[in-house]
This record gives sequence, structure tokens and C-alpha cells, in this order.
Amino acid sequence: MHDNTLILIEVGALLLGMSLLGRLSIRIGISPIPFYLIAGLAFGEGGFIPLDASSDFFAIGSEIGVILLLALLGLEYTASELLTNLKQSKTAGIIDALFNALPGAAFALLLGWGPVAAVALAGITWVSSSGVIAKTIRDLGRISNRETPTILAILVIEDLAMAFYLPVLSAVVIGVSLLQGAITVAIAVGVVVLILFLALRFGHVISRIFTPEHNEPLLLGVLGLTMLVAGLAAQVNVSAAVGAFLVGIALSGRVAQNAGEVLTPLRDLFAAVFFVFFGLATDARELIGMLVPAIVLAAITMATKVATGYLSAKRAGIGVPGRWRAGFALTARGEFSIVIAGLAVGAGVAPLLAPLATAYVLITVILGPILARVPDARWFKGMLKRRAAVARDRAQAATP
Amino acid sequence: MSTSPHGRSAPTGAGRTDALHNGSSLVTVGIRIEKIDLPGIGMRHDLVTESGRRLSVVSYRDGERNLGIFDVDDPDACRDSIPITEDEAEALADVLGTSVTLSRLTKLSADTEGLYTEQLELATDSPFINRPLGDTKTRTRTHVSIVAIVREKKVIPSPTPAEILRPGDVIVAVGTREGLDAAGRLMANGPD
Repeated sequence: MHDNTLILIEVGALLLGMSLLGRLSIRIGISPIPFYLIAGLAFGEGGFIPLDASSDFFAIGSEIGVILLLALLGLEYTASELLTNLKQSKTAGIIDALFNALPGAAFALLLGWGPVAAVALAGITWVSSSGVIAKTIRDLGRISNRETPTILAILVIEDLAMAFYLPVLSAVVIGVSLLQGAITVAIAVGVVVLILFLALRFGHVISRIFTPEHNEPLLLGVLGLTMLVAGLAAQVNVSAAVGAFLVGIALSGRVAQNAGEVLTPLRDLFAAVFFVFFGLATDARELIGMLVPAIVLAAITMATKVATGYLSAKRAGIGVPGRWRAGFALTARGEFSIVIAGLAVGAGVAPLLAPLATAYVLITVILGPILARVPDARWFKGMLKRRAAVARDRAQAATP
Repeated sequence: MSTSPHGRSAPTGAGRTDALHNGSSLVTVGIRIEKIDLPGIGMRHDLVTESGRRLSVVSYRDGERNLGIFDVDDPDACRDSIPITEDEAEALADVLGTSVTLSRLTKLSADTEGLYTEQLELATDSPFINRPLGDTKTRTRTHVSIVAIVREKKVIPSPTPAEILRPGDVIVAVGTREGLDAAGRLMANGPD
């Protein structure tokens, strides 16, 4: 059979299977990400039916998937929104980074994977999945709740922090000398700041290149600009994903809104391809061995995320039940953790990082939305009430 | 979000105060509407009522709106969230705005001795139909102030003299008993 024909058959069959998995995930009410990863594992190296002919397609498709994931994320925010948020929620962002990145880094060092893997694993445990969490908040009808801005602020700060973290990681994984690494990082950070500045100042000018009225030129134009900037960013080691994110931020107004609409189906397709590809590239046999470390890491970092949310909500003046809701809502890790792992593994850092990250994301992304419901449970509310009553009694006893 | 119900009602609220001259005592002081940004989603406006309950309006980027009512026991949690369309929001804002205006106007008569509020319906054969309000010279002729016109269930607060009168308009006037009677005759029959 001709190679191209084989690609059509393989990709077609896989997409069809993923669609069924997607329906199943909607039925159960969880994110489709774990299903896509498992589909990739099943068909990848060491899986049941290795796919060969279409591996090139999945490799390129997953690149585009990362770019579109980040571009669409950027489209949701405006540059000024990011800056205001950064000013208001600095402390929450710092608590978040310390509580969640450090355990990951320490864990990698304990496993003896070295400092570069430590930087990567720090990122993997740091970043919550904005996609999964935003959807959970919507599903649970908590958008109007008073703790929701705190949760969103943490997600936004993480996304913005990624714009600086990913270039640093890209520079570190190349394994250059310290001085050269410092220079690369400096260039990367400089480019990010420059693009952010341009987005803030001239975002409306950039948006004017496109017409929001006509879908086809808008789709081609925004996709083209995103891929172009992503490619250029990758050239200077800023990471393609960050380039795409910044393009998304630079666009504003109706152009951003309509571009988001036309790009969403493409994002859905290629993001799914990205998750499958990551699963494909991960050896399912190694995953079993990494299961226990992943469970330990997930338990630790989900607890630290709950603490992050609790403390940040407390700082924002939210009551006790709201603090727990904020904490439990934040535990899911997802697309960013996989992006980070993909970047590190692609550069040949600690090959076991891929199965660990896969297992870790599988655990947190499945448990996260379930944990988010815990504060609504009757037993949990009852427990909080009893604790509040005990505290009240004690306070009364102390002041007769 | 200038189209949000609050954005619209705020300026009319100010207009009402002007219309009633001594309005400051009538307009409840200290109403605070909090605006909170929801990055990636839109924004939320909160109102804490006198009774301590919290109401919120979430305006999504795509124009959708949600009306939220907060829980009594857990004041951070939204107990119920009702999606409302743009038309429904507008209708609701009108209903709330109208009832607020009228309740404030009727309150005036109780507050002030000798001063009355009256709603004068403009008859279809009134000589002022399709003529500007200024032509009636109500204030000069009768010492009565016209504070609002209710037209098809909508309130036009402190109408300008250029406002064209339409059949069926209800004119809300404030004045003495004699003044209001004179104004009623003026509207029906024109100047004596």
C-alpha cells in the first residue's frame, strides 16, 4: 500500500476512535485529555498497535497543536488585563510558584535526575490547567462566586509566568554553558518583554491588519501570523509556544473575538493530536514503573495547590468555605505540564520525565474536577460548620 | 460594558436627583456597586442590598449575562445563577428603573407638607399634542414642576422643554394643590 494512503487510514481511524473517547468523556463529565493521552499510549511505542506511517503527521500536528493552544489562550486575555492582574495578584502568584514549583524541583533532584530535569519538573507541577479549571468552574456554576476572581487571577499569572519560564527552560535544556545560557535567557526575556510592550502599545494597530468580518482571510491571517511569530520565536530560543501566546495577547477587540471563533475548531483538532502524540512518544511500559512516583508527586503537589488557593482566597477576604472551594478547584494540571514535558523530553532531558509527566497529568486531570466538587459535599460543609462552632465556643470561653 | 444594566441606570439615577431638587434626601446614599474583572470571561458587578444580601450580574465577553443571587449562609457562593438575554436584561432594567422612579416620586408627597405629586394623563385632544413641552409654559403659568414623563411604561426623567408631547403621555408634576389643578386644566384645554 502507498504510504500516503496508509497515513489516511491510520489518522482517520485514530481520530474516529478519539471522537468516541471524547463522547465518553462528556458522558462521564471529565476532560478528554486523559483519554487522548491513553489513546496515544495504546498506539505508541510499547503499546498494543504501534503506528508508523503517520508519525510525521502527528509530530507536525502536535507542534501546531501547542501553538494553537497557546494562541487561543492569549486571545482570551488582553495585555492590559494581564498587567492589572499582575499588579493586583503578585503575592498570590509568588505563593503559587513557591508552593508548587519547589516540590517538583525537589522531587526531580531526589530521583537523581539533575538540575535541568528539576527545572522542567518544577514547571510541570507548578502550572494548573486553565482549560480544565475554567470549565470546571463553569460546570459547577461558580462563575459568579466571590472566590472565582482569585482562582482566575492565579491561572492568569501562571499563564503569564509561562511566557518567561518557557524561554528559560528552552535555553536550559539545550545544555549550553552557564554564561551562554545566561545570554540566551536574557535575549529570550528581552524578546518577551518587547513583544508584550508592542502588544500593549500597538495591539490595536496589529489587530487592524485583519478584517473581523470575513472568516476565511481572518483564519488564514491569524494562523499565519501565529505560526510565523512562533517560528521566529523558536529561532531565538524563546519557544514557539510563547510566541503564539504573545500573538494572541496582541490581538484585541472584535478581531480577537472572531479569530477565537474561527480558530477554535482547528485548536480542538490539533490539540487532540498533540495529546495523542505525547502519548505516542511515551513508552507505556515505562509508565507502569513511574506510577508510584507519580502518585506521590501528585498527592504532594495537589495538597500544595489546595493550600495555595486557600491562602490566596483568605488574602482576598473570602470566607472559609470559599477558601476551600478556591483550593480544591486549582488541583488539575494539564496542557501546560505536557507542553513543558514535551519540550524537555524533546531535548533529551531525563527520558523518564515523559512517563512521569503523563502519569502525573493523568492523575491530576482526572482527580482535579472530582476534588473541585468536595467543598459542595454535605459532609464537608457539615465538617466546616462543626469546626466553626468549636472555634466560636472557644472564642467565647476565652472572652467571658 | 456600557450596555450593562447598571451602566445605563446610573446616569438616569443622577437625572432623577436633579429633577427632584431636594433629591439628596430621597436618593438612598451609600449604594455601592462593585465591579470585578474576570479575566478571560468578562466582568461581574455586585450589589450588597440594605438587608445584607448580595446580588451580582456577570457580563460575559460574548454579551451573555447572568443574574446571580448569593447564599445567606455562605456569602461568597452564588446560590442561583440565571442566564438572561440582552432583551430580558433591558426589560428588567426598565421595570426596576420605572418602579424606583415612581416609588420615589410618590414618597415626596408624604415627606413634604403642602406639596403634591400628580400624574396628569395627556388627553388625545389636548392642544399640546405633538408640540414641545416648553410650549405649555407650565412652570411660568402654574408654578408646577414637571419631573418626568411616562410614555409607554418608560420613564423620561426631567424632560427638557424640547421634549415633544405624545397622546397618552403621563406627565408627572409636583406642585401645590391649586397649581396642579391649574396644570391639569392647562394640559387639557390650553392656556385660558
